[in-house]
Amino acid sequence: MTSGTATVTRTITYRDALNEALALELARDPNVFVMGEDIGAYGGVFKVTQGLLDRFGPERVRETPIAEAGFVGAAIGAAIAGKRPIVELMFMDFALVAADQLFNQAAKMRYLAADRLRVPLTIRTQQGVAGGGPQHSQSFEALFSHIPGFAVALPATPADAKGMLLEAIRSDDPVVVIEHRALYATRGEVPEGDATVPFGRAAVRREGSDVTLVSYSRGVQVSLAAADQLAAEGVECEVLDLRTLVPLDRDAILSSVQKTGRLAVVHETHRFMGPAAEIVCEVAEQAWDVLESPPRRICGLDMPVPYAAALERAWLPQPEDVAATVRRMLEA
Amino acid sequence: MSTTASGSAHAAYRDMCAIRGFEERLERLFAQGRIRGSTHLGIGQEAVAVGARAGLRDGDVVLPTYRGHAWALAWGMSLRAGFGEMLGKDSGCARGRAGSKHFVDVERGVLPGNAIVAGALPIACGVALAAQMDGRDQVSLAVFGDGATNQAAFHEALNQAQVWKLPVLFLIENNVYSEMTPIAAMIGEGVTLHERATAYGMRSATADGMDVDGVAAAVAEAAEHARAGAGPTLLEVDTYRFCGHMPGDTEPYRTPEEVERMRERDPLRIARERLLAGGSSEAHVAELEQDVEAELDQALADAEGAPDPRVEELAIGISEWMEAVR
Repeated sequence: MTSGTATVTRTITYRDALNEALALELARDPNVFVMGEDIGAYGGVFKVTQGLLDRFGPERVRETPIAEAGFVGAAIGAAIAGKRPIVELMFMDFALVAADQLFNQAAKMRYLAADRLRVPLTIRTQQGVAGGGPQHSQSFEALFSHIPGFAVALPATPADAKGMLLEAIRSDDPVVVIEHRALYATRGEVPEGDATVPFGRAAVRREGSDVTLVSYSRGVQVSLAAADQLAAEGVECEVLDLRTLVPLDRDAILSSVQKTGRLAVVHETHRFMGPAAEIVCEVAEQAWDVLESPPRRICGLDMPVPYAAALERAWLPQPEDVAATVRRMLEA
Repeated sequence: MSTTASGSAHAAYRDMCAIRGFEERLERLFAQGRIRGSTHLGIGQEAVAVGARAGLRDGDVVLPTYRGHAWALAWGMSLRAGFGEMLGKDSGCARGRAGSKHFVDVERGVLPGNAIVAGALPIACGVALAAQMDGRDQVSLAVFGDGATNQAAFHEALNQAQVWKLPVLFLIENNVYSEMTPIAAMIGEGVTLHERATAYGMRSATADGMDVDGVAAAVAEAAEHARAGAGPTLLEVDTYRFCGHMPGDTEPYRTPEEVERMRERDPLRIARERLLAGGSSEAHVAELEQDVEAELDQALADAEGAPDPRVEELAIGISEWMEAVR
């Protein structure tokens, strides 16, 4: 799971794991710097950059105006000029304000230069359904995965949050690290030091022989909770955490489905044209013969995210929804 | 193609002739159906790019916007690479990947031309930020049209550049028309574009875009200001395109008389008359012009003879990504 020699682990939060990765890279590479809104003295609205200003100064922990196109573009320019900027986009929803810079500029810069430029740019942002309402809850991993150019990382655990952010910062091409707002306070074992997590290698979070549940980000927790419920009924789910959508670990998906014969994909973002559709399609194309029942998708509803708790709960895939779907698959 | 870094009047005139001749050949190639999509020519605007280059130093970076052929050529990109790109050849500046809108020559400081009207401005800020952080005295020049001053990225970039006192120049090529619409109809009454700088506390300046020396002086002054750490300048250069916005533009927004009147201030004519007034002989200038024509013909012939890009190399610059999703 990790490279390097680090073996000592501690239990820390997802938030602190991200902060540790930023501090490590700022200390290791003078070309690394962080920029975004309220990331300095305030430490970021989710406190991921807390303490970095005092340690590394305002040049390298750089406050920006509330102007996402402006500072994402500035990060692209700095990246092609030899720096390794890390941009905090406070909410994924704000990526749309910078959409031209992200998708017309960063994603195509290397191609436009016929491979004579690289864009070592890391975009850190957070998303997830957690009381934010329609313009502060959206998940855009499908959008980032659809347009060629970005690696797309969605850590589900504190160790992955650190390791995937380290990997992103060291990449010579654009990466979006999509954190989940509801995971910041979760705790887990995190290796000390240089514990990168390579992209494109899914992790089996629970082994099982009856059904494969493919997910990422908080969907892994939802899937594991469903697997617990089903285990009490004698159904064994295998839970696969993709970790990155780009690169996509198709081999891991296929080998698990070949073992279980059943596939359900769980994610928070909208179902229509979403990542689950791509994954189901891949399995249909590559492993049709092993499928014992039709694949299923358990996803966010195809409508804006509501504010009220009861409505939001109805919008969001719950462990009970996953378990109910799996039961129907097994009856088929 | 030589650049005008030396400031020589002959070199400047030569570069302007080469850019004019390059684009006149593109008109013919387009009419022959040998250029794909569209192309945006700047015939009449040559003095802006050549003057700006003369006002800067080797190592200063330019980020053009479409209608950017002149900028890449003024920075020393070869005519052969320009024609090659237009014809979709492997010898093109982007190996046939990008076309007219995106001329590029990274080694000479030409970052990929932008087909989003204000898209280059925030990026220019970042290039300048890297220079500032590294303590280099490089200046970044973002070039865009009058219409771009209405796009949000213009305003975000100007504000950010001023807040950080970045060594960046924002150069408006005001050719009166925002594509096919008079810019005057798209801004408030009485507004002048360079005065938008005052809203950001930024220095502004103007220059006559038909006068290559005047452009060079205004750009050099702005660059000196930036290199001294005093921050960016918004420089409005008044110019005019004698051609349409694109091939097939029926130009209902202006009269032929207006174009003829503006042609009296053709920047090439002004520069040529200045050479003669400065003591160059007619024969010498004519010889220079013939040399440029021959160079252009040779470059076009080279490009025509160059191989097409190989389909086996289709994925240059994106192959790892494609592998990642395969």
